[in-house]
Amino acid sequence: MALAKRIIPCLDVKDGQTVKGTNFVNLRHAGDPVELGKAYSLQGADELVYLDITASHEGRKTFTDMVQRVAAEISIPFTVGGGINELSDVERLLNAGADKVSINSAAIRRPELIDEIARHFGSQVCVVAIDAKETNGEWLCYLNGGRVPTERSLFDWAHEAAERGAGEILFTSMNHDGVKTGYANEALARLADILTIPVIASGGAGAKEHFRDAFTLGKSDAALAASVFHFGEIPIPELKQYLSREGISIRL
Amino acid sequence: MKVAIVKYNAGNIYSVVHALKRLGVDPILTDSPEELLSADKVLFPGQGEARNTMTYLREHGLDQLIRDLRQPVLGICIGQQLMCRHSEEGDVDCLGIFDADVKRFTPTCHEEKVPHMGWNTLTDLKGPLFKGCKENDFVYFVHSFYVPTNPCTIATTDYILPYSAALHKDNFYATQFHPEKSGSVGEQILQNFLDITL
Repeated sequence: MALAKRIIPCLDVKDGQTVKGTNFVNLRHAGDPVELGKAYSLQGADELVYLDITASHEGRKTFTDMVQRVAAEISIPFTVGGGINELSDVERLLNAGADKVSINSAAIRRPELIDEIARHFGSQVCVVAIDAKETNGEWLCYLNGGRVPTERSLFDWAHEAAERGAGEILFTSMNHDGVKTGYANEALARLADILTIPVIASGGAGAKEHFRDAFTLGKSDAALAASVFHFGEIPIPELKQYLSREGISIRL
Repeated sequence: MKVAIVKYNAGNIYSVVHALKRLGVDPILTDSPEELLSADKVLFPGQGEARNTMTYLREHGLDQLIRDLRQPVLGICIGQQLMCRHSEEGDVDCLGIFDADVKRFTPTCHEEKVPHMGWNTLTDLKGPLFKGCKENDFVYFVHSFYVPTNPCTIATTDYILPYSAALHKDNFYATQFHPEKSGSVGEQILQNFLDITL
């Protein structure tokens, strides 16, 4: 056996509630991120990612409370992200019980944040999320959830992030996100070749084969998805059985 | 049952507190010698750097106290490494409970990433800590240093090379993986530890 490839459901949280639809399990409170995370954990999810998509101060407090409940109730690792700008945000979320934090725009704006997190808490807690889009054959990074373009190359930035002490790279292809035709496998494979830290594939899952391809063609260590899980289009146990039959190292 | 967790300068200790609470135990987090010596079970978990944590333990007299414990003790992650003789991380002498030295992983190819992070399998399971567990059950790891297999090894994991996923000697148990983050298998292992009687 070998280190298992990871399947990671991503939950967007606003004012303490998950925002994308959830009709895959009979939960009494389908909008409750803790109950949903627990259901995913029981189905065999290897990790969870919770993204805070509220901007307000109250929203942040609600999210921190939620992180505490997740830590108390769920027995698999989880990452939290969204609105992390400085070391004190990281400290607040780790103290609430998160295993890792994911930073995105703030790291591009001030790359030293990566060094600071790695130095204070260790590289293993620092996931650098990158939203990038391919235009005319060039992959460029975007800020603020894909709204603001930058001149940074995906590959240069990922390499710099790793050098500064990132523990993992979570790469979302804006070309593939929401299209459900598969992950950006060529770019993922290139990231895997230039980095010595794990890469999490994000954006594009629409079928079980897409996960297989992200692991084989894209050489990813983990694959993240949201809607195919939330809407029950791909049940996690079925996905993991399929990947195992395809010869991929999977935790069953 | 009185369960104590050693309070020191390592991170990620609260996840062990939560995991024990899910099993119906309310542990105390303490560095008081009286509390630790009188507990029925002691856990020594955490993530951290070997030299810093050893220095802290020595300065607070916890090094000798941990060696003196006679009830079942469970070290987790850096806890396991600190219970060995010596660590390459910071080139520091450790507690010397297990007759083994902690080494840094040396990758042999690009795909062998360090830290070893994620779910991997347990094999050659021995003893009460793994009651009800199966060969090749998956548990969760995050570490860059490892303990080679040795006569105290009670579970083996293969990453870059086969190494000790768990150790046992007398009343001392230790795991390199995080049972508190390893789903139902991890819960079983923690429950097994709570059930151990000497």
